[in-house]
Amino acid sequence: MTASAHGPTASEYVVHHLTHLNTLGGPQKHIVDFSVLNLDTLFYSIVLGVLTVYLLYRAAKKATSGVPTRFQAAVEILVEMVADQAKGVIHSAESRKFVAPLGLTVFLWILFMNTMDLLPVDLLPRIWEGVYAAMGGDPHHAYMRVVPTADVNATLGMSIGVLLICLYYNVKIKGFGGWLHELFTAPFGSHPVLYPINFLMQIIEFLAKTLSHGLRLFGNMYAGELIFILIALLGGTATVLGFVGHVLAGTAWAIFHILIIVLQAFIFMMLTLVYVGQAHEGH
Amino acid sequence: MNLNATLIAQLVVFFILGWFTMKYVWPPIVKALDERSAKIAEGLAAADKAKADLALAEKKAVEELRKAREEAAQLRAAADKQIAKLMEEARAEAARLIAQAREAAEQEARAAVERIKDDLREEVARLAVAGAERILRREIDAKAHAELLANLKQELV
Repeated sequence: MTASAHGPTASEYVVHHLTHLNTLGGPQKHIVDFSVLNLDTLFYSIVLGVLTVYLLYRAAKKATSGVPTRFQAAVEILVEMVADQAKGVIHSAESRKFVAPLGLTVFLWILFMNTMDLLPVDLLPRIWEGVYAAMGGDPHHAYMRVVPTADVNATLGMSIGVLLICLYYNVKIKGFGGWLHELFTAPFGSHPVLYPINFLMQIIEFLAKTLSHGLRLFGNMYAGELIFILIALLGGTATVLGFVGHVLAGTAWAIFHILIIVLQAFIFMMLTLVYVGQAHEGH
Repeated sequence: MNLNATLIAQLVVFFILGWFTMKYVWPPIVKALDERSAKIAEGLAAADKAKADLALAEKKAVEELRKAREEAAQLRAAADKQIAKLMEEARAEAARLIAQAREAAEQEARAAVERIKDDLREEVARLAVAGAERILRREIDAKAHAELLANLKQELV
């Protein structure tokens, strides 16, 4: 934490840590503003996404049916895991050709993005402060959030991606007419009185799926990040109690967070597969 | 939590990464996995076959061994029989030779006895004649009485 003579208050510290580096150069004023881009989220998610596909690509390039190296075996375990899960919920082999690889990428990518949470909360922001100051900027306005999945834009972006895939497969499998028919006749039945109710239910279902899909991941990672920030504040008191508390709480939370990181990545992948699988089935 | 265009950018990145994995990552890995599965299945099948072959070969070997042992026993029995037969023949031949030899010896002995008897007869006849000569030196004319002496000799047989 920035423990200078005019150090920030606890509240300033937390707010500073929760402000994105965006194209505005300061906090976003409106809740929804599509003229703004979060540069930090984009930077880390693209870097980690490229790292993900690069690692997978390296494994794929060297893949042989002979004795695998440890790295190849590790990637193969992941591939087998995703392939097995996909086989369980998506019964169309044709659809699996796209959805299973997507699931693998999503799992690894989210795993990497979540893992950014385990870096010390001040490490990268502090480096950025130095760089920003060196570029002639005011270090107090050097914002940086390093966990892309703790940005609701990133998680909702991905869950809307899954929604689009679901809509695509709904139309592809059932035909546009068939899907429209399902929108108005399921889940309650085919009767003119029930059409609006059915349609409303379907829309709510799509909305609920997509929102819960994105917000679950966001909420978990945001809360995790916030707790790391609070633990860092504890250490920032520069007392013996604060230091011991920081070490103990930080260690405990980090170890527990390893579980959350993997679990949330797995849940996101599984739900992606399940939702796409549901798009294949008629009500 | 503020919504902004990052959402759309993330959406695009999401699809690009998914597409990349589908195109360049998934197929080779799955292919390698399938190939390895096939290889392992082949290997296991080969191992099973080899095991079956081995069991068969062992059985065959035991069978051959048993056959060879039987044959050897048969040969030995035949040889024993042959030996016994040869021994029997030899014994019979020996017995025959001994009998022949005995026969010959007996014949010879009989001939000898006959000869000795003849000699003795001659001797006795000569002695008798000599005795009679001595007694009857004067009275007996060897020539006149030759027929008598020959009769006498005949009677001594």
